[in-house]
Amino acid sequence: MKRFALAAITITIAGSLLVSGAAKKPVAPGSVVKIALPGDLDFGFKNAPDVQIVQINCLTCHSSAYVSTQPRLSHDQWTAEVTKMQHAYGAPIAESDVPKIVAYLTANYGKANP
Amino acid sequence: MQKRSQFLMGAGCAVGTLALTRAANAAYPQIMQPFESGARPLVAFPQKRPLIVLTPRPPQLETPFAVFDEGVLTPNDAFFVRWHNADIPTTIDGAAHRVAVTGTERTLHLSIADLKTFEPVEVIAVNQCSGNSRGFFGPRVPGGQWTNGAMGNARWKGARLRDILAKAGLKAGTKQIQFDGLDRPALSTTPDFLKSLDVDVARDENVIVAYEMNGFPLPLLNGFPVRLVVPGWYSTYWVKMLSHIEALDHIDDNFWMKTAYRVPATPYNSVAPTDKGYRTVPISTMVVRSFLTNVRDGDVLASKMQEIRGIAFDKGTGIAKVEYSIDGGTTWSDASLGRDFGRFSFRPFRAEILPKPGTTMTLATRATAADGSIQIATPIWMPAGYQRNSIETYKVTIA
Repeated sequence: MKRFALAAITITIAGSLLVSGAAKKPVAPGSVVKIALPGDLDFGFKNAPDVQIVQINCLTCHSSAYVSTQPRLSHDQWTAEVTKMQHAYGAPIAESDVPKIVAYLTANYGKANP
Repeated sequence: MQKRSQFLMGAGCAVGTLALTRAANAAYPQIMQPFESGARPLVAFPQKRPLIVLTPRPPQLETPFAVFDEGVLTPNDAFFVRWHNADIPTTIDGAAHRVAVTGTERTLHLSIADLKTFEPVEVIAVNQCSGNSRGFFGPRVPGGQWTNGAMGNARWKGARLRDILAKAGLKAGTKQIQFDGLDRPALSTTPDFLKSLDVDVARDENVIVAYEMNGFPLPLLNGFPVRLVVPGWYSTYWVKMLSHIEALDHIDDNFWMKTAYRVPATPYNSVAPTDKGYRTVPISTMVVRSFLTNVRDGDVLASKMQEIRGIAFDKGTGIAKVEYSIDGGTTWSDASLGRDFGRFSFRPFRAEILPKPGTTMTLATRATAADGSIQIATPIWMPAGYQRNSIETYKVTIA
């Protein structure tokens, strides 16, 4: 059921028709296209200490797959990623949360420093 | 968290987050990419067939490689998807959409109908993510962990950017043209996604503002109602849901030009993981690549005469030659080039092989572009994981 709901798209051209999947007939630009994007389809962050801090700080901008699909990064690499989110992407992460987030990521999605 | 709960409710659910996403995920087929942390669900997003979900939000969807064996043009519903920022409009009125042109002698607000009053042009061109194949970098690098499916080839139709710029009138001293789309970051503190091209590149006759893709309006996730098409250049410049074209009297120093999407200014744009302090430049045109489309690494082949086939492309000089090897690249033979769909397109190629039963072999392909650039066996490396183009190999067993 859910899958069909997610794949639904409504295209309105002088009226309305429902198209699922690929549009089979040409649709004139100038129509209204409306889609429904799915939410977080992946497994979510691993349930471990400080996961709530990670959820609050990371999920505002991106799904947990941004973390879970990475190769196992070292403590230094995860530190670089978290500080990049703060300084390059403007994530309002409290300084006191940074070590907790890095520790969580290294423990659950990381490896020892080389 | 507010945003996230709305998101989940939008998907038809309003219960606890962690358990919910686990349950939802179980409903989708899973595949395993051939590297660490390679599990991915296959999901049909709106206007799409099931694609490999790299990340659901912002959506990053990879084309299963078998699609490239279906034909030279990548179907719209199979075309890869990559967004940077999460606030993507999900309802767009194409009739109400306008592309603003500013910083010029005249300010324009062009509708799709206005764009169609310019001479329509068509170009078949490869659109490839800068980070396509990043997952194969060694040592691994952080970033979007794609295999080879963050690319596609389509017939794009639209108005030449140069015609639009001519109508607006470029001021003397214009250095770059900057492009913005309707997508916005989830947070106002995150840099909006903006890309710029030098004036000479922007005025190339092949650069178009496209309102059609393979004869249809673009799928919303590929940039409906219009996107910039920059044949030969990496996809980062092909701004989707194009809404603003601005002529700049300076070199763009926004984050997405000055800091992100840069490559080392070194031979092959390659460095060693220990290198520091090298100069970088904005990523630009694509390096030459080739792939087999009907053979996968690890396949078992029959011991009979059979066709191997694939695709090759470069930055738009055209493909001069594709060679294939059945001994891992020790010796090479010429493959037959197929129909030429234009110098920016995938170029199909084929060869016949007769493998001996009970053996293993390593197939490989090597493309040479018209400018003489050729794939080499040694992969490049850079921290950002862009521009991978080394020779692809396919280890197969003969039944």
